[in-house]
Amino acid sequence: MAKRQPWSELGGLADPARFTAPLQVAKADGARLCGLLRTMLVIRHTEDQIGRLVVEGLARTPCHLGIGQEAVAVGVATRLRATDRVFGNHRSHSHFLALGGTPASLIAEVLGKATGASRGMGGSMHLFGREFGFHGSVPIVGATIPIAVGAGLAAKLDGGDSVAVAFFGDGATEEGVFHESMNLAVVQGLPVLFVCENNLFSSHLDIDLRQPSDRIGRYAEAHRMRSLTVDGNDLLAVESATTALVDAARRGEGPALLEAVTYRFRGHVGPNEDIDVGVHRRMEDVEAWRHRCPIRRLQDGLVAAGVLSADDLASMEKDVLAGIAEAVANARRAAYPDPSALHQLVYAGQR
Amino acid sequence: MNKPSATAGREISYGEAIREGFIHLLSRHREVFTIGQGLWSPWYVGNSMTDLDKLFGKERVIDTPVSELACTGAAVGAALCGYRPVVIHPRMDFMVLAADQIVNQAAKWHHMLGGQATVPVTVRAIINRGGEQGAQHSQALHGWFAHIPGLRVVMPASVADARDLLIASVLCDDPVMYIDDRWLYERRAVLPPVVERPLATEGPRVLRPGKDITLVGASYSTWLCEQAAEMLAAEDIDAEVIDVRVLNPFEPAAILASVSRTGRLCVVDGGWRNAGWAAEVIASVTEALDAGALKAAPRRITLPDAPAPTSKALEQGYYPEARHVAEAARAMLASRRIAS
Ligand SMILES: Cc1ncc(C[n+]2csc(CCOP(=O)(O)OP(=O)(O)O)c2C)c(N)n1
Ligand SMILES: [Mg+2]
Repeated sequence: MAKRQPWSELGGLADPARFTAPLQVAKADGARLCGLLRTMLVIRHTEDQIGRLVVEGLARTPCHLGIGQEAVAVGVATRLRATDRVFGNHRSHSHFLALGGTPASLIAEVLGKATGASRGMGGSMHLFGREFGFHGSVPIVGATIPIAVGAGLAAKLDGGDSVAVAFFGDGATEEGVFHESMNLAVVQGLPVLFVCENNLFSSHLDIDLRQPSDRIGRYAEAHRMRSLTVDGNDLLAVESATTALVDAARRGEGPALLEAVTYRFRGHVGPNEDIDVGVHRRMEDVEAWRHRCPIRRLQDGLVAAGVLSADDLASMEKDVLAGIAEAVANARRAAYPDPSALHQLVYAGQR
Repeated sequence: MNKPSATAGREISYGEAIREGFIHLLSRHREVFTIGQGLWSPWYVGNSMTDLDKLFGKERVIDTPVSELACTGAAVGAALCGYRPVVIHPRMDFMVLAADQIVNQAAKWHHMLGGQATVPVTVRAIINRGGEQGAQHSQALHGWFAHIPGLRVVMPASVADARDLLIASVLCDDPVMYIDDRWLYERRAVLPPVVERPLATEGPRVLRPGKDITLVGASYSTWLCEQAAEMLAAEDIDAEVIDVRVLNPFEPAAILASVSRTGRLCVVDGGWRNAGWAAEVIASVTEALDAGALKAAPRRITLPDAPAPTSKALEQGYYPEARHVAEAARAMLASRRIAS
């Protein structure tokens, strides 16, 4: 296993040899956590399936898989409401599904079908689901960070207790707009949760080669913003950090940064591991991080607590896979958007 | 490093020709360096910069954080201090984040400061579209940038120009946007040895003489014109093809001379229609022609005025193809036949 640089400020949080044990699960919370496990499995298997559709050549639109990062989206989503406004990035399948999007609408979108989340107009990188609070994902790095600040401003003007959330990666913190957005959100006291999924990579480059520290939380300190840095592969840690930060934002105490340290098992785009095209990306690291798998740690915790049996797990997995298989079959059969959509959707129209 | 090129006499691709240009520049000109995302990875810029970091060192071939604006500004700053940086934007869409440094800074300093500051920076923008990549991963914004006085804009269509216009751009004392298109990367040719030529004397070039119609393109759309001309030749239509090469400053003389003979002008543009580059070509030529010199109304073939879709069903038909150029040419000649 390749060690992080000695200067790693994340220390153990960035070390895949640590934090591999089963999660400590309270039995009383078992039923709820089984639901969250199921959501994580839906994300994992849906993305795995999308990877296979890429290999098959049916999915051509670029697909950035977040396999290995599921606990971040699911943990944050547990504290959100459909009236909150959430924004994603290029790697947003997990955000979309965790908030309540279905594999059927995601897979249809990836295949460019009219039944997809964006009616076949966006593909994997441009998703939408307002009914469950997902107000859009786009692949221009950093683009949705100020947009979430604007949603936070709208929430403040609305006068309720909704929050806005931006999901982005460590790479996005290198764009100036990230810093401008944090500053603006702080000085305006806006209810915004900035969620950085720090997977230690931006496409082919290790964070070592891009920043003087691997800890994104330091930027919150610079901007005098509340922040927490957690193991992003620990559902319970993500959830409790989100609770503290989102509750404060709902009470009008302003924005916060949640840094969730994680790792993607697959390459930057598509189903491969990208060992060949990444600088400082090694198969040993990928293998090591697989031992810190967020799903396995929750499963093991639930089994250890006596909440789930191996049989229960197998049948849950089977059920999830059957649902995804049906979603794929439907998406294959679904119609493409009408060609008129190309022109009709350019402008909203009437006034 | 002054070795003769290993590719001398061998057929190379457009992507390799760009790399040859970089090798020439980095070998002969110590003030040249390159900076941009993906320069240490084989996958961002195709085969156009493979292993340059290994050949010339990571100080002169700099891979960067995801910071388009800062990297472009840093290239502008180094250019003001005697270097000739090439800042690479692996996708033109991402370069939009750097617009201030290109439009407000690089393009303006020489003029605004009384000609005392020069900014010999090259901004390399790559057009990378198709493949269901959609609205934010497909744009060809050459028309936008050609609008800016002070910013030279070049678009190589041929394998030779991929190398030679890069060299001319980098050695030019002005800021230059060099735009290459991934759809051209597999074009192949055998190139002569490099001759350094000043960019200021480069301009539109007739690639194929013809008497019936003038087809004008830039970059990939030039290739479409060449293919269309082949199709038309089989039908006894003799099309002249002009490759514009340098979009700004624009020198329409060669096109004007051609259209004065053919009486027909069709411009093919990989950008959008409204306020687009094709409109500029048509306007510049027709305003200088004698009234009555045209035998048919000029035409432009562009993208439809809509963002790039992702869905296969909509992407098919979104991009202009050679057959569309040939169809337009036929229609323009048919109108002549009816009239006469
Ligand atoms: C403005 C902009 N610059 C560059 C890119 C190319 N790009 C796409 S994703 C990505 C990596 C971003 O890394 P990070 O934010 O850490 O997200 P991750 O991919 O790790 O989830 C890059 C550089 C882009 N899409 N947009
Ligand atoms: Mg990352």
